[in-house]
Amino acid sequence: MFSKILIANRGEIACRVIRTARKMGVKTVAVYSDADARALHVAMADEAVHIGGSPVSESYLRGDVIIAAAKATGADAIHPGYGFLSENPGFVDQVTQAGLVFIGPSADSIRAMGLKDAAKRLMEKAGVPVVPGYHGEAQEIVILASKAREIGYPVLIKARAGGGGKGMRRVDHPDDFADALSGARREAKAAFGDDRVLVEKYVDKPRHIEVQVFGDNFGNAVHLFERDCSAQRRHQKVIEEAPAPGMTAELRAAMTDAAVKAAKAIKYSGAGTIEFIVDASDGLKPDRFWFMEMNTRLQVEHPVTEMISGVDLVEWQLRVASGEQVPLAQEDITLSGHAFEARLYAEDPAKGFLPAIGTLHHLSFPSEAAPGTEIRVETGVRQGDAISPFYDPMIAKVVTHGPDRATALDALADAVTRTEVAGSTTNAAFLAALARDPDFASGDVDTGLIGRKQDELTAAPPPSSRAIALAALAATGATAPVASDDPWSSLAGYAHFNALARRATLSFGGADIVAHITARPDGRFDVRPEGGEAFVLAAGASDAGATVAAWPGHVTVFENGRSFDFAISDPFARAAEIGEGTSSMRAPMPGLVKLVRAAKGDKVTKGQPLLVLEAMKMEHTITATHDGVISEIAIEGSQVTDGTVLVRFED
Amino acid sequence: MPTLHSQLSPSSESFKANAARLRTLVADISDKAVTVERGGSEDARKRHTSRGKLLPRERLAQLLDAGSPFLEIGQFAAFGLYGGDIASAGLIAGIGRVEGTEVMVVVNDATVKGGTYYPLTVKKHLRAQEIALQNNLPCIYLVDSGGANLPNQDEVFPDRDHFGRIFFNQANMSAAGIPQIACVMGSCTAGGAYVPAMSDETVMVRNQATIFLAGPPLVKAATGEDVSAEELGGADLHTRVSGVADHYAVDDEHALAIVRRIVKNLNRKKDIGLVLKKSIPPVHAPEEVYGVIPADLRQPYDVREVIARVVDASEFDEFKQNYGTTLVTGFAHVHGMPVGIIANNGVLFSESALKGAHFIELCCQRKIPLVFLQNITGFMVGAKYEAGGIAKDGAKLVTAVATAQVPKVTIIIGGSFGAGNYGMCGRAYSPRFLWMWPNARISVMGGEQAATVLAMVKREGIERKGGTWSKEEEAEFRAPILEKYEREGHPLYSSARLWDDGIIDPAKTREVLALSLSAALNAPISDTKFGVFRM
Repeated sequence: MFSKILIANRGEIACRVIRTARKMGVKTVAVYSDADARALHVAMADEAVHIGGSPVSESYLRGDVIIAAAKATGADAIHPGYGFLSENPGFVDQVTQAGLVFIGPSADSIRAMGLKDAAKRLMEKAGVPVVPGYHGEAQEIVILASKAREIGYPVLIKARAGGGGKGMRRVDHPDDFADALSGARREAKAAFGDDRVLVEKYVDKPRHIEVQVFGDNFGNAVHLFERDCSAQRRHQKVIEEAPAPGMTAELRAAMTDAAVKAAKAIKYSGAGTIEFIVDASDGLKPDRFWFMEMNTRLQVEHPVTEMISGVDLVEWQLRVASGEQVPLAQEDITLSGHAFEARLYAEDPAKGFLPAIGTLHHLSFPSEAAPGTEIRVETGVRQGDAISPFYDPMIAKVVTHGPDRATALDALADAVTRTEVAGSTTNAAFLAALARDPDFASGDVDTGLIGRKQDELTAAPPPSSRAIALAALAATGATAPVASDDPWSSLAGYAHFNALARRATLSFGGADIVAHITARPDGRFDVRPEGGEAFVLAAGASDAGATVAAWPGHVTVFENGRSFDFAISDPFARAAEIGEGTSSMRAPMPGLVKLVRAAKGDKVTKGQPLLVLEAMKMEHTITATHDGVISEIAIEGSQVTDGTVLVRFED
Repeated sequence: MPTLHSQLSPSSESFKANAARLRTLVADISDKAVTVERGGSEDARKRHTSRGKLLPRERLAQLLDAGSPFLEIGQFAAFGLYGGDIASAGLIAGIGRVEGTEVMVVVNDATVKGGTYYPLTVKKHLRAQEIALQNNLPCIYLVDSGGANLPNQDEVFPDRDHFGRIFFNQANMSAAGIPQIACVMGSCTAGGAYVPAMSDETVMVRNQATIFLAGPPLVKAATGEDVSAEELGGADLHTRVSGVADHYAVDDEHALAIVRRIVKNLNRKKDIGLVLKKSIPPVHAPEEVYGVIPADLRQPYDVREVIARVVDASEFDEFKQNYGTTLVTGFAHVHGMPVGIIANNGVLFSESALKGAHFIELCCQRKIPLVFLQNITGFMVGAKYEAGGIAKDGAKLVTAVATAQVPKVTIIIGGSFGAGNYGMCGRAYSPRFLWMWPNARISVMGGEQAATVLAMVKREGIERKGGTWSKEEEAEFRAPILEKYEREGHPLYSSARLWDDGIIDPAKTREVLALSLSAALNAPISDTKFGVFRM
């Protein structure tokens, strides 16, 4: 076994690997960028090495620097995690050449599976069914369009180098092909530096079922059953589970057999995943699944497999990479119960899942699970950490396990409901809604489910009167009464006859709320929102299922699994705003000014696009909030933070 | 410590009747409090808020920490005076907490005659400053006032304890290291301009606050110069050009937030040099005090029944229990703070006075604050007592009370008549705070005694001239005297004139005492040097 490994990753996966390594007595080295200097994975590791600037191209993608760090710290091996350099065969070569072990498959295996068209041809040869499609070299639009016609609409355009849904477009009509193609190419280029695409048959009512495989350098390969990742939103996995609902013995046998065959075909060593597309329009049939691609790394959703198999996949990775055989024979790997994983993201479902950033001023995960169930939270952040624009905005993976699907799903819905994040918008309520969706609960799931029910799943009910009152109370800065003998602390709100009423002004979704608050002798407060219901509440309390987190300029109330973010009037911020004049537009999030479409002195009209801000690989167009003449505008290519003035108008 | 056991039965008829009566008196004061807390007329308040200004009590609430107690003083100042509508004398004052620090807050109420200073407004402002000085409390002035009330200029301007004294106090408190902070939220004209100008730090609200020695009309008259109020003395001018103010606020909320930040930076620490204990509620419920107090002031009751409903765990260590029994003295704790209690249990005899003086000596030696529960008709009269030297024994008590340097808090729980007022630390003896119960009465002597004395003099005069005076005539003579003493002895009459710091609910005596004592402990307790005790 290795004595020390370096983890060439960050966030939850780095923390995840460190935990297993520690359990095995293996020392760990973390690497970090500028932005991650105080990150959890750095704090957890035995050693940490700074590898460069915040953009991934300056740090987590710098193979040379990472290898040098491994050499410098005396690590024997490098665990790549997922993403970043995990499927980069060039990096694997460099690691090997440096005399280190890459904890993952060989460069050849990665290359074999790296380009999707080649991978499919390879799989066809190995006798694994593949989806009809065009995986050729030609990239001219006429050829691609005619291939699309041959395959038959709807088709799917995918980035050849891709994964994770980036650079992917569904096309229903030949007329839309050109637009979709250019969009897919642009995203592919941005995400992978390679804008080549392939075209495939689009399967109706498709399910995404993948098989976890594990090989070693002795030619062994086993599977650890399947995972169902059909609950996707625009090709991004939302909730994954194992096993797949409605899985039949026949289909499982066929799929796992094909997967093991695929792994063996490329002499695969380490953890890998064979993704299949399954046509569920007529139930699950053993002849209705096709190979999609192989992920030659540990998957984000690997915990659900661990939960049903009892196997620590990271431990297996380390053991196999250090020269051991796959620890268990196929017949010794058993499936027990059902597991779910929900991906908690900093994103705003109400705004088309726009990635969000922010500081996690309040972060609380449930730890208590219902009897017979388990909760596991994989996270790389702590309360007070920031979700930076440089990396994937995933906050955590909430994983549950139960004896059966319904119990595990209940536990998931419950766990997500009890998860509290303030400081950034999250998809928690969306996850809870999905976990409680009757179609999802019935197991009747396909990759289009979320798209069809998106409005329902992202519906944002207004806060209750009670939530408003709680927020108003928190806005006054009232804190929970402290047990104190000091009468000035303990005699809350004392007045000879009538306690002073304090005004709280706050807003929710742009609507102003004014409330009058009086302290009561019992330490609680009378809260009377104007035009609303009055309540007697305790400050800083988590009574009756609602908790409140106050953070600069905001109060977040958590109620029934939903979080309501109230803006509170910060007089200093307001004064600063007034001081600067109101006719300016600020960056809604940190990002890069990608494109500037107006110049100083330009007369612009309301709604006119002024610039494009790129944040989290998504482009946001900033349009003029009103008519006016521009006196100042951000410079193209500049990096801006949240709240930076992008545009100033002349008075 | 021995626990006081109540001899009263809350289910008895007399207890119930007492309670009902006192509750009625409290309810009456409470109703009147609602009225004065409203401030000026509805029109005036609307006019005020329509300018984006917060009402004075809203400003106060916004300034204080959420949930902070507010120990208001002079709530009923000017009650029934100047035509009856000068609520709280147009000035709200009291102690509250800002950023965890106890401060004296003085708030002009511009909805009451433009916040102008009536004689009692001046008196109240000075009383607030006196409390701040004695108890080492930073002062925050929320200024919104037209300055001296011109029709009353002779009673607000020239004398020692008139308007000018405000600035004298500011200068001397600042010199004593007691921070002076002004927040100008409205007008601040002429002499009033010195409140912000004399402060350590000053905030001004744009488009609302003005500071100038002479306003635009006066300037126009004097020099012909045409200038707007904002140009002449607005926040912009004073924070950017003149330096009269230090902080520029965009509105009331911002201004108050700035004041809070100023307080946060004061770097003050409350050092309590006393041994504090854990606060334990009384065994006997404070609300029961309603049933303790007889309707008739002259009806005796055991004051220990009151003490049992005020002090921690109802525990009271009595001193000289068997000597001079008409004065009860002993040690107790209120919210964990040690106190020496001196309470009346009847008329004062020589022994009671000597016992009181002795006990005050103990407290001063040990630096234990004194609490006076005053219910006193006076010292015992008669040849025997005069010959026994009750005057010199009374003088000993008065000397001790006058020169004691420990914090003194007086609560008038019943009668406060004659020399008893002196011996029991009346207003003239500078208790840090003096509070009154709604049933209390204060006058040089009781109405009955006064009427009797005056009637006797009258009768002697008539009979010396050989005339006769019928019982009916005497009753007719006595009636207006009784009525006058009843009216002038009433707590509202006293509070209106600031003879006290306020009327309190007897059931909240423990809270008021605790807040008063704790506020007082912001100042170090100095050594006491008593005067010559006449032996």
